[in-house]
Amino acid sequence: MPDSRTATAVTVRLVYLARLREAFGRAGEPLLLPKKNSSVATVLDLLRERGGAFAIELAAGRAVRVAVNHAMVASDATLRDGDEVALLPPVTGG
Amino acid sequence: MTVRIQTADFDAGREIAALRAGDARVGAVAAFIGTVRDVNDAASVSTLTLEHYPGMTEKALEAIVAEARGRFDILEVLVIHRVGTLAPTDQIVLVAVTSAHRGEAFDACRFLMDYLKTRAPFWKKETTPQGAHWVDARTSDDEAAARWQEPPSLPTT
Repeated sequence: MPDSRTATAVTVRLVYLARLREAFGRAGEPLLLPKKNSSVATVLDLLRERGGAFAIELAAGRAVRVAVNHAMVASDATLRDGDEVALLPPVTGG
Repeated sequence: MTVRIQTADFDAGREIAALRAGDARVGAVAAFIGTVRDVNDAASVSTLTLEHYPGMTEKALEAIVAEARGRFDILEVLVIHRVGTLAPTDQIVLVAVTSAHRGEAFDACRFLMDYLKTRAPFWKKETTPQGAHWVDARTSDDEAAARWQEPPSLPTT
């Protein structure tokens, strides 16, 4: 019998791009999500709770988009173990 | 390859020649080259550093090219976008499109650039005499991309 607590544990790989990488002082990090069926919104809430640059850069109204496994998603997207969750500032290429 | 992200410069003439080589269906080639200006928002720019998100940026560009192919009657598409540190007058991006006729080539080229500017994960950091800062997204770029989403106007009776 698999341990249900282990089976529901979800760890995602966070990737911070451009301005966010510099503001957070790191290119990314693993993040353990406490509950199953955690969404992108859960991740953003956990990061904001750290305060500092995380609270400032991810404050409501700041234009940060989220990509899961290289595809843009809405904040209600559910996350699975091993997902790559990237936080992207507004793009300025071309 | 349709989409290339590279640090190296590109030779637009050679790329366009290769794009239409031996293809007698082509009657029109439209190309756009974006370059680094020495002034942006009234600040003088000494260098521009472009960053992308490896893996996702390629997919995003390929999706934009696929969207263009669905909307316009075009033959070949090439998108080259540079990353790394560039200086004023350097080339940043090349979009080239071949088609039978000029209208589709012009429209597809403009569409590709408008979508690239607002949907492809690239970020610019400018270095000026006052220091370095990340470039802000422009509302005008969003408006340029939004024009392609307007529904066709209803016939007036």
